[in-house]
Amino acid sequence: MSSAAQPLISLEKLTKRYPGVVALNAVDFDLQAGEVHVLFGENGAGKSTLISLLAGANNPSGGTMTLDGEPLHFTSVADAQGKGIYTVFQEFSLLPTLTVAQNIFMGWEPLIGPFLDHKTMRRRSKEMLAELGFDIDPNATVASLSRAQQQMVEITKAFHGDLKVLILDEPTASLTDKEVDHLFDFVLSLKQRGVGVIYISHRIQEFARIADRITVLRDGAKIGTVDMTETDEAALVEMMTGRAIDEIYPKIENLQGETLLEVEELSTDGVHGASFTVRAGEVLGVAGLVGSGKSRLFRALMGLMPHAHGTVRLKGQDISKASTAAIIRAGMYYLSSDRKNEGLDLAKRSDQNLAVNLIMGDKIPNRSAFVDRKAVEAEVLTISDHVELSEGYRKKVVSQLSGGNQQKVLFGRCFGQNVDVYIFDEPTVGVDMGTRAALYVLIKELCEDGKAVIVISSDLPEVMNLSHRLLVLAHGAVTAELTGEDMREDVVLKYFFDESGAQS
Amino acid sequence: MSPTPETSQAQPGAFKLIRNMFVKVGVLPFFLVAAVIIFALLSSSFLTMQNMVNVARQSVFLVLVSMGQMVVLISGGFDLSVGTAIALTSVVSALGMVWLAGVFPDAIWLAIVLGACMGFGAALMVGLVNGIGVAYFEVSPFIMTLGVSSVGAGIALFLTGGVPVSGMPFVFADTLGFGRLWGIPAPVLVALVFIVIMWVLMTQTRLGTQIYAVGGNIKAAHLSAINTKRTLLMCYLICAFIASVTGLLLTARVESGEANLGASIALESIAACVIAGVSLRGGIGRVLSVVLGAFFIVLVQNGMNLAQISSYMQMVLLGALLILAVIFDQFRYRLILSGG
Repeated sequence: MSSAAQPLISLEKLTKRYPGVVALNAVDFDLQAGEVHVLFGENGAGKSTLISLLAGANNPSGGTMTLDGEPLHFTSVADAQGKGIYTVFQEFSLLPTLTVAQNIFMGWEPLIGPFLDHKTMRRRSKEMLAELGFDIDPNATVASLSRAQQQMVEITKAFHGDLKVLILDEPTASLTDKEVDHLFDFVLSLKQRGVGVIYISHRIQEFARIADRITVLRDGAKIGTVDMTETDEAALVEMMTGRAIDEIYPKIENLQGETLLEVEELSTDGVHGASFTVRAGEVLGVAGLVGSGKSRLFRALMGLMPHAHGTVRLKGQDISKASTAAIIRAGMYYLSSDRKNEGLDLAKRSDQNLAVNLIMGDKIPNRSAFVDRKAVEAEVLTISDHVELSEGYRKKVVSQLSGGNQQKVLFGRCFGQNVDVYIFDEPTVGVDMGTRAALYVLIKELCEDGKAVIVISSDLPEVMNLSHRLLVLAHGAVTAELTGEDMREDVVLKYFFDESGAQS
Repeated sequence: MSPTPETSQAQPGAFKLIRNMFVKVGVLPFFLVAAVIIFALLSSSFLTMQNMVNVARQSVFLVLVSMGQMVVLISGGFDLSVGTAIALTSVVSALGMVWLAGVFPDAIWLAIVLGACMGFGAALMVGLVNGIGVAYFEVSPFIMTLGVSSVGAGIALFLTGGVPVSGMPFVFADTLGFGRLWGIPAPVLVALVFIVIMWVLMTQTRLGTQIYAVGGNIKAAHLSAINTKRTLLMCYLICAFIASVTGLLLTARVESGEANLGASIALESIAACVIAGVSLRGGIGRVLSVVLGAFFIVLVQNGMNLAQISSYMQMVLLGALLILAVIFDQFRYRLILSGG
């Protein structure tokens, strides 16, 4: 990019300090009109901090921000939006009980006298959605939409005023390929209109399709800015992590022991007729798009959703109708993909979180009503060491830990009981590369210790690199079971969209 | 703006100490010190040994109920029907004792024990209905216990026609109401026993761990092999049982079964818990702090009496104190999450 033209946005020595932490350390960044500039980095690298400053959600501790050469000082997110900078955060600002049209016009409501002009609102919403190529009924309530559709509504909201800069935070995390195509076409059309796009994503495969330049952040500092044409995936990953990609995934031995889990013709809301088995000493990967039912299938296995049909046998024992507590006691554990809402007690310390599972589980041979505090404390220490949770974090309230350390605590919870089948649902979601590598080693150890491990993941490289067998789901049905050479990205992607399984 | 992080790092030691104490135990120590100073200035008879013993004895009932309330609060709910459990216990056990004393005139203790059991049974029904409603039908604790409180109060009034049940065995009141063992009044002894039981329950047993876990994050608890529904049910049963014991003690004290006992105790017990640092979001709270919290409420009431503040004005102050405590609780919870 030539630096001759005045950049749309220019950040100089931008710094954000929190007590005890420098979240963003003197970062320079610029964005040209009509450019897609990707921000790339691990969680905690400072991407979110940077966009929170640009979005007006936070104030910088140091450095300057300019828009069209004018210095920027935001008082609020609305202020930033008024100046033409709109951010689509991962967590949407939609009101689920209102309609799509009402959400799009939230704060911009057309009026007839003092009254809302619902008719215009609906018509304009319809036009705006159509122009962006989003197939959504403006009269639907937001709660009834899929996450992907909600995101489209969120994006549509950006198109009221004079949009200069659109910031997209992980926009494709919950979209199907068709929807991603749409989004990218739309981003390219924005470029032609001269809008600058700041794009945050982990999906390195996408960059070649839309990025002009990429800025890599690590630990709050800028590592560098590169032109897309002059770089490749391996180089970017190395910039991001400081290590080469093949150091991340361990080689896992496949022991192929006895069959531990047999699932026959299982059906539940959004899943039909799924059958498969899992053996001791293997990692079974489960891949599929959002909405393919891959998570629901295993939630149903754990008794978290009612199942309509089918049998589930764990070590020969029928657990189809058992409660979650009974299933865990029978030897199967589920690690939730949502550590904040389902996995951890955020207001408690790490060691307290770990203790709950130990007290409920059978690892400590104490089935009386009283808790053997000493034994629990000793075992909490062992587990903390095992998951490599640093000493300083053990007595800390979990909500204060980074995503990676929270995930370590969550992993620690599954070592609280003796189980043979581990189900990891999105085990590394929102976790930095260094922690990922540590978590993969834990998975490897479990598998090589003769446990059955199931890894459900939307991160295709992750499931493909860890698994011995790969189950692909589409439209609520198992469309393929791949092994060895067949576990290739193109093969997997083909089965993502396979309709044949749905009819059977 | 930007300089705030730096200034917060350069806090003086005393301020930091206060802050850490606040995060750890809540607002109670500060309230307690303030109350003692204010009332000592207002009335010379406040800080006397005799008055303090008096406060301790009066606080027994609130201490007991507050510990039950605490269990429910920690589980993430609350119980507005503790007063009803007390009234029902009082009415049912009194009716039972009067009737059974007529049936077995020679075995008066049998009549007392059976009558007390009937009272416990009635209160446990209250707890059972609350627990089933909250745990299995997922009714909000507020509506469930409010509804049950009306139902129970109605039944208590219906049973007695609104007239106190008199003619209870004298030995009942003499023992449980005014009796002493080693010089300690019987109600105080009962409270001490329950303080120990509750402390053991909450800190040393699996059930205690389950209650904290369910209140902290019910979904995570469910995924940790905890039967969350049963745990919630147990909480309401425990709360109702302790309220019932309190009801029996109060009945012995007033020597009759009364349907209007415990009218204001729901609010007072919640206030005692919140002031003592029990979080309204569940998952956080300690038995010994709650004992102190209940003691504090009674201390304030006693102080206001000595300072000749009218009972109407006392209601105003107590309500204000509760709201203030909740505001501090909100603030404290944020500090806990952000690492204060």
